Amino acid sequence: MSQLNLHLKVWRQNGSQPGHFQDIDAPDIPDHASFLEMMDIINERLISKGEDPVAFDHDCREGICGACSMQINGVPHGPAKATTTCQLHMRKFRTGDTIWVEPFRARAFPVLKDLMIDRGAFDRIQQAGGFVTVRTGAPQDANALPIGKEVADAAMDAAECIGCGACVAACKNASAMLFVSAKAGQLNSLPQGQPEKDRRTLGMVRQMDKEGFGNCTNQYECEAACPKEISVRWITKLNRDYAVASLKDALGNSPKEAGGGD
Amino acid sequence: MSAVFDSLSRFYASSIGKKILVALTGLILFGFVVGHMIGNLLIFVGRDAINEYGHMLQTALHGGGVWIARIGLLVAVVIHIVATISLTRANRAARLTEYGQHKAQVSSTSSRIMIWSGLTILAFIVYHLLHFTVHAGNDYGTYKTTLEGHTVHDVYRMVIAGFSWFPAVLFYIIAMVLLTSHLSHGFSSLFQTLGISTDKSEPLFKKLGYLFAGLILVGNCSIPIAIYFFGYGR
Amino acid sequence: MSLNSNIPSGPMGMKWSKHKQDSKLINPKNKRKFTVLVVGSGLAGSSAAATLSELGYKVKCFCFQDSARRAHSIAAQGGINAAKNYQNDGDSVHRLFYDTVKGGDFRAREANVHRLAEVSVNIIDQCVAQGVPFAREYGGMLANRSFGGAQVSRTFYARGQTGQQLLLGAYSALNKEIASGGVKMYPRTEMLDLVTVDGHAKGIVTRDLVTGKIESHAGDAVLLCTGGYGNVFYLSTNAMGCNVTATWRAHRKGAFFANPCYTQIHPTCIPVSGDYQSKLTLMSESLRNDGRVWVPKKKEDCGKAPDQIPEADRDYYLERKYPSFGNLAPRDISSRAAKEACDDGRGVGPGGRGVYLDFAEAIGQFGAKTIAERYGNLFDMYERITGESAYKRPMRIYPAVHYTMGGLWVDYNLMSNLPGLHVLGEANFSDHGANRLGASALMQGLADGYFVIPTTIANYLVNEKPGSITTEHPEFKKAVENCTAQTKRFLNIKGKRSVDSFHRELGLLVWDKCGMARTKEGLTEAINRIPALREEFWQNVNVPGSGDFTNPELEKAGRVADFMEFAELLCLDARHREESCGGHFRSEHQYPDGEAKRDDENFSYAAAWEYTGNLSQPILNKEPLAFEEVHLAVRSYK
Repeated sequence: MSQLNLHLKVWRQNGSQPGHFQDIDAPDIPDHASFLEMMDIINERLISKGEDPVAFDHDCREGICGACSMQINGVPHGPAKATTTCQLHMRKFRTGDTIWVEPFRARAFPVLKDLMIDRGAFDRIQQAGGFVTVRTGAPQDANALPIGKEVADAAMDAAECIGCGACVAACKNASAMLFVSAKAGQLNSLPQGQPEKDRRTLGMVRQMDKEGFGNCTNQYECEAACPKEISVRWITKLNRDYAVASLKDALGNSPKEAGGGD
Repeated sequence: MSAVFDSLSRFYASSIGKKILVALTGLILFGFVVGHMIGNLLIFVGRDAINEYGHMLQTALHGGGVWIARIGLLVAVVIHIVATISLTRANRAARLTEYGQHKAQVSSTSSRIMIWSGLTILAFIVYHLLHFTVHAGNDYGTYKTTLEGHTVHDVYRMVIAGFSWFPAVLFYIIAMVLLTSHLSHGFSSLFQTLGISTDKSEPLFKKLGYLFAGLILVGNCSIPIAIYFFGYGR
Repeated sequence: MSLNSNIPSGPMGMKWSKHKQDSKLINPKNKRKFTVLVVGSGLAGSSAAATLSELGYKVKCFCFQDSARRAHSIAAQGGINAAKNYQNDGDSVHRLFYDTVKGGDFRAREANVHRLAEVSVNIIDQCVAQGVPFAREYGGMLANRSFGGAQVSRTFYARGQTGQQLLLGAYSALNKEIASGGVKMYPRTEMLDLVTVDGHAKGIVTRDLVTGKIESHAGDAVLLCTGGYGNVFYLSTNAMGCNVTATWRAHRKGAFFANPCYTQIHPTCIPVSGDYQSKLTLMSESLRNDGRVWVPKKKEDCGKAPDQIPEADRDYYLERKYPSFGNLAPRDISSRAAKEACDDGRGVGPGGRGVYLDFAEAIGQFGAKTIAERYGNLFDMYERITGESAYKRPMRIYPAVHYTMGGLWVDYNLMSNLPGLHVLGEANFSDHGANRLGASALMQGLADGYFVIPTTIANYLVNEKPGSITTEHPEFKKAVENCTAQTKRFLNIKGKRSVDSFHRELGLLVWDKCGMARTKEGLTEAINRIPALREEFWQNVNVPGSGDFTNPELEKAGRVADFMEFAELLCLDARHREESCGGHFRSEHQYPDGEAKRDDENFSYAAAWEYTGNLSQPILNKEPLAFEEVHLAVRSYK
C-alpha cells in the first residue's frame, strides 16, 4: 500500500446561492481507500481545522443504492468503467494528480449543498406510471404466468438501474432518457406490464419533460457512464412505445368512463 | 378533428414527439439529397442528359410536380429546423451551470456539432437557391439551348459557370463536408429515434450512414472540383 | 411487567387463519380518517405503507435517504425463501417453518415463524405481479436455488440483487399510492423521537435533513420499519446511514428492546485494510463452494506471499475441524474459526485480520473459465476493492457484522408493549430467534409489510378515535423542544474530536468484546468503558455547521449518541445470557469441540429490556418460549 498526494478542486455551494471551486490539498491518501473514504479523510481534516466539511450523498457504499454521485474529472462516478463512486478506489489515481469533483449538474437536479443534489424528479417520474397497478393479495399464483427466460432476463437488464442519475450527468443535454427508458422498459417488456403500457409510457415521458430534462440526441454518453451498463436499446424501445402510444392516443377510440350503478 | 389535433399538438410538445418528427423529416431530406446528387451527376454524362433531366423536373405534371416537391421539401425543412431549434433550446436550458470539467467518452464530434452543421447547411441552401434557382445577381436564367427541337434552360452551362467562381466552389465544398458530418450522425440516429435500431442492426445503420455520407461528399464535390480544378466543361 | 404475546390459540397450522378471522375490521369509510405514520421505506416500510394506503388508511412515510428506493434492503444479494415447492423436492410450509425455528437455534416465537412460512408463498405471487424480474427457466417457470445450507431449493432470486428488485417492487407499489394521494412521502427526513400520549404512540418528531427544520407529525398509529443496529460496530456490511435511533428512542419512551445480543456475523467479507475504512463489503457465501479456507501453520509465514507457503505449512482449519461440512460449515462456526486463527496470530493481510480463501485447486480442476462463469462478478468486485486478482492469489476474507436478529419486542400483531407502536422487519425481534437463515430477511420484511400488519393493525385502531391527538398536544411541543435542545447541545460542545472518531472507537470496543465470541470478563470491561466513552463524547465531540441547513455531521452525531447508549444494553444482554446460541457465542459455554452450548432450561425466553432512566440498570422482562411443534435439539454440523 502506498500513499498518494493529491490536489482536489471541489465544488462548494449552499442551496441556491452561486457555487465555486475550492482548492483542497489532499496529502497522504492511502491508495487502498475508496473515493468516498478519501472524502471522509478530507472532511476529518476540514473539521479539525474548523472548516465546513464537504457534503455528499452516500449510503450503502457497495454500488447498489445509487445514492453516491459526483462528477469526477468530468465523468460521472469517475474513470473506472461500470463502477459507482463508492466502489472507485484511489489506486486509479497517481500521486500529483489534480482531481475535479463536482455535483451531477442538471436543472432538474438542483444542488442542495456542495455535491449533494435533489433527484426527486426521478421519483416523480416513476409516480407518473412506473408501476403495475396491482393490489396486495390480488395476484394469481406466480407460475400461472409463464415468462420466457429471454424476456425475464431482458427485463432484469433494465431493472439493474440504480437510479443514480449518471446518465443525466453525462448527457450534454442533461437528458433522463436512459433512466426513464429503463424504468418504463422493464415493465413494458413484461406481460404484467401490458395492460398499462400506453398509459405508463405517455405518463412517464410527459413527467420527464415537465421536470426540465433535456432531449436525447443519440450520442450514448449515458450508456458509457452508466455504472450498471444499461443499454441505449431501452431508449429505442421507449421511442417506439411512445410513438405507438401517441398514435393510439391521437387516433384510437376513447372508451366511455365506467359509470356507477347498482 | 380537434381531439386528433389536441393529441398531435401534445405529441409535438413532447420531447420524443419532436425527435420523431426530426427523424422523419430527416429521412425525407436525406432522400432528396441522394436524388439531387444522382440528378446532378448527369452533368458527367453530357450537356443533353442534364438539360433533359432539368426539363423533365420543370415540366412534370404540367409544371406542378416541381412545386409539389418544393412545397413538400419546404415543409420538411421547416419542421426539421423548427423542431431542432426548439429541442436545442430545451437542451441548453436543461443545464444551468456548466461543468468545470466535462469529458465526452464516446460521442463523435459530428454528433456534438449537429446544430452548427445543420445551420450552416441551412445558410448554404439559401445561397444555393439564390444562386441556381432564383438566379439572384446572375444571368443564369437567360441561358437557353435547344433539346429535341424545344428551347430549354441550359442547366449545363449554368453549372459550369456557377462553379467557375472560386468562392462559390469553396462554400459548396465546406457545406458538403458539413453535410457529410451531419449525415454521419443523423442517418443511424434516425433509426434509433424511430425505434427501429437493435443491437444487431445499429452497427449496420452506422456503417450505411458513413457510406452514404461519404458517397454524397464524393459525388457532390466531384462536380465543382472537376469544373474548377480540372476545367471540366470550361 | 408481564408480556402478552397475543398468540392465537389452536393448532400451529391454523393460528394465522384463526387470527385473521378474529381480527377486527374497520369500515372503509372510517379507514380514511386514520393516519398511520410509517418510518422507514425499506421492504417492510414500503410494503406496509403501500398496502395500508390501498386499504384506505391515510399514510405518511418517512425515510432519511433522498429516495425511498435507496433503503438498505436494496443491498441484499442472495434471494428470498418461499415454501412454493415448485421444485417438487419435498418443501412445504411446515418444513420452512421448521428450518427457520431450528436455524434460529430455538430462540424464536413459533407462531410468528409459522405465519412467516405461510405467507411466504403470497409474497412471490405479489412480487411477480408487480413485475419483479425473478430468474426463470426456459419454459417460463420461476427458477430456484438452494441457499444457506438448505436441503431444498426454495430460494427465488434476481441475479445477485434480489434485494434491489424486491425493494423496487415495493417502491413501485408505494409510488402508485403516492400518485393516488394515499401516501405522503417525506424523503430526507429523519425520525428523532417518538411521541407518546397516555402511554400510546401517537406521533414522531422529525428533522428535515435539507432545511434542518424540526417538526412533529401526529398519527393514530406509528410503524417503525427502520432496520437493524449493526452499525453499533461501526464497521459492518450495513449502509452508512443505518442507525438505531428510531428504535432506541422508542425504547427510551417505554418500548422493550428484545435480545439485542443476537447479532449475525457473515464469514465471507473483504477484510479491513486500514483505519480509514468506512464499511465492509460482503461477498456471496457461494464462494465457499469452490474455495478452500486456510491460514499458515506457522506465525512467521504470515508475512510471506501465499504461493511461497508450501502445502505442508498450510492449515485448512475448517476441513480439519469439521471434516464432513469442511469449508461449507455454517456462518457462525466458520466465522468463529477464522477469529480463532487470527487470535492465534496466524491471520494474513494488513492488521493480521484475514484468512485465505483459495481457488487454486478449483481453477486447476475446472479451469479458470468455469470459475469465472461461476464467480466472475465476485472476483471483479474483489479486485476493484483490493486491487488483487483472486485468479492469481487467494482471496483474503474475514467475518463482518451483517444482520441483527434482536429488536423491539412485539406481540403477534407486531405491536410493541407501547400501544399503537408497531415494529416491522429487521427492527423487531420476532422471527429469526438467535440466528437468521440466508434469504429469510427479505421474506420477513415483506411478510410483515404486505400481509401481517394490514390485518393486525385494525386490532389496535378499532378502539381508537381517529385524529383525536394533534400536534397541538403538549407532549408534541415538549418532544420538539427536547430535540431542538439536543441539536443545540451538539453544536455548542465544539470539542476536539469528530463524530466518526467516537463511532470508530465505540465500534472497535463493541466488536472486540461483544463480537463473534464473548466472555463475561470482556463484556464487563465493555460495560465499564462505554459510559466513559459516552461521557467523553458529550464533552468533546466537534459538530461543525448549523442546525438550520443540511448538516451530515449533525445527523451522524445524533445517531452515534444513540449507539453510545444502545451499546451498553447490547453488552448487558450479552452478559446476562449465560449460554451460547446462534449469533450469540459465549466462550464460557461451549462443548469441548467448540460447539455452542445452549441452556434451554434457564434461557429459553426472549429477553425484553425495559428502560428505567438508568442506562446501566434496565429491567429484564422475560417472554418464555414454548415449543409445541419443533423439538429442541442440538445443532450439529460435524
